[in-house]
Amino acid sequence: MTETVNRRLIMSAEDIERTLRRMASQICEKCAGKNLALVGVRSRGATLAQRLKPLIQDMTREEIPVGVLDTGLYRDDIGTTAVAPEIRSTDILFDVEGKDIVLIDDVIYTGRTIRAALNALIDLGRPDRVTLLVLIDRGHRELPIQPDFIGQEVKTYTRQKVAVCLKEEDGIDAVYIVENE
Amino acid sequence: MTEWLRKDCLGLRGVSREEIELVLDTARSMKEIHTRTVKKVPTLRGKIVANLFYEPSTRTRTSFELAATRLSADVINITTAQSSVVKGETVPDTANNLRVMGADAVVIRHNISGTPHFLAKNTSIPVLNAGDGTNEHPSQALLDMFTIREHKGCIEGLTVAIVGDILHGRVARSNMWGLLTLGAKVRFVGPPTLIPPGVQDLGVEVYHDLDKAIEGVDVINLLRIQRERMTGNFFPSLQEYSRIYGMTMERLKRAKPGVLIMHPGPMNRGIEIMSEVADSESSVILEQVTNGIAVRMALLYLLIGREIESDKPHEKKDLHTPTLFEN
Repeated sequence: MTETVNRRLIMSAEDIERTLRRMASQICEKCAGKNLALVGVRSRGATLAQRLKPLIQDMTREEIPVGVLDTGLYRDDIGTTAVAPEIRSTDILFDVEGKDIVLIDDVIYTGRTIRAALNALIDLGRPDRVTLLVLIDRGHRELPIQPDFIGQEVKTYTRQKVAVCLKEEDGIDAVYIVENE
Repeated sequence: MTEWLRKDCLGLRGVSREEIELVLDTARSMKEIHTRTVKKVPTLRGKIVANLFYEPSTRTRTSFELAATRLSADVINITTAQSSVVKGETVPDTANNLRVMGADAVVIRHNISGTPHFLAKNTSIPVLNAGDGTNEHPSQALLDMFTIREHKGCIEGLTVAIVGDILHGRVARSNMWGLLTLGAKVRFVGPPTLIPPGVQDLGVEVYHDLDKAIEGVDVINLLRIQRERMTGNFFPSLQEYSRIYGMTMERLKRAKPGVLIMHPGPMNRGIEIMSEVADSESSVILEQVTNGIAVRMALLYLLIGREIESDKPHEKKDLHTPTLFEN
């Protein structure tokens, strides 16, 4: 299969687990005692949020609300694609007002998704603070947005793709850099 | 993944199950916006939707208008009485004038069946059928299916009775196409004069006895008698119609538990539906109205939320002399 030839593993299942544990304790350190809530960006950000929740709760012993955010309605490229991007639901069942929210996504690249996510989040109310957590920072920002918690920084070319695979959706835990010919 | 690749939304005839489900799934996400304090998203900012209504409407026009504004699009409302239509302008001319003024889509209602289809061929921007004569009213059927799906989880395997003026009912036709595509059984119920002949061949069951027809059904959709479209005498009197085909509490009690009572509006209380039924726990009539906004948001989004190929003057390509008789 050409697929295997063209991709390089940058994080194994163990790496991902260790990284999530480290980031969970970083969140506790920074946000302990606050009105902490996790919001994952669909779809793998949401999966990461679900995984971080028990890791943080083990340390804080407090129930942490978790929500899912879909950024589709806030994208800045609507009307420029051949097909309208798929819209999925935003499920944030708690009040964001006054919360200390950790926004979670799998990869940060141009920063445009996070811009959309921030707008979407702020339309739901006024959180006290929003911080950003990503598993992979691959650089090439087009907007002045920087994550507060980074799993791993990776140098990439724009022609490459970073593929985050998570058990819940892809059957395995791994992060690859994929060459796009 | 299914994609919406049609330029227009003209009807549900020939629309695939996947396409219908895409609209319904998108609408489910849109409905969440309705629960927010700020009921607005920036998605279609800068886009313009023109409502072109050649027939009276409150619900559908308001619903499309709210749907567009919730997505941050701007809306132009043209009701024909105050427009150049009375001066003899053709539908494509009116629509194309709106297009060159910046409209990104036209929502059209017309008393002649096929007008939206004719317009769609003669303009480059998306056309949404908001009801054409006795042909189709796709957004209504989609919101009906959305409401059924919310309550029943799934459409496949359900039995839906559509009662009343089927002959003049565009809501009935769109529902028939959509429900059959999604795997439901459809029963048309009404006096023989108000059921189109030969409709059984399309896969629906025809009943003339309401009590028999509602046995075991999951949904009862009641339609208004469209007196404005009637050109002859279809039944002796409204009183008689109401006695035989009106939905009463007594009839409702004999129906399957959990049956949904639906009505596309405007209701004629005391004729096709008794007040107690309209206000009963089985009634989801007002939910239908709320859901209508979400479904129309989904349609507007799927049609306008992508690159529209030709802002090139389409009319140069082939603009026939407009005649409403060609398809």
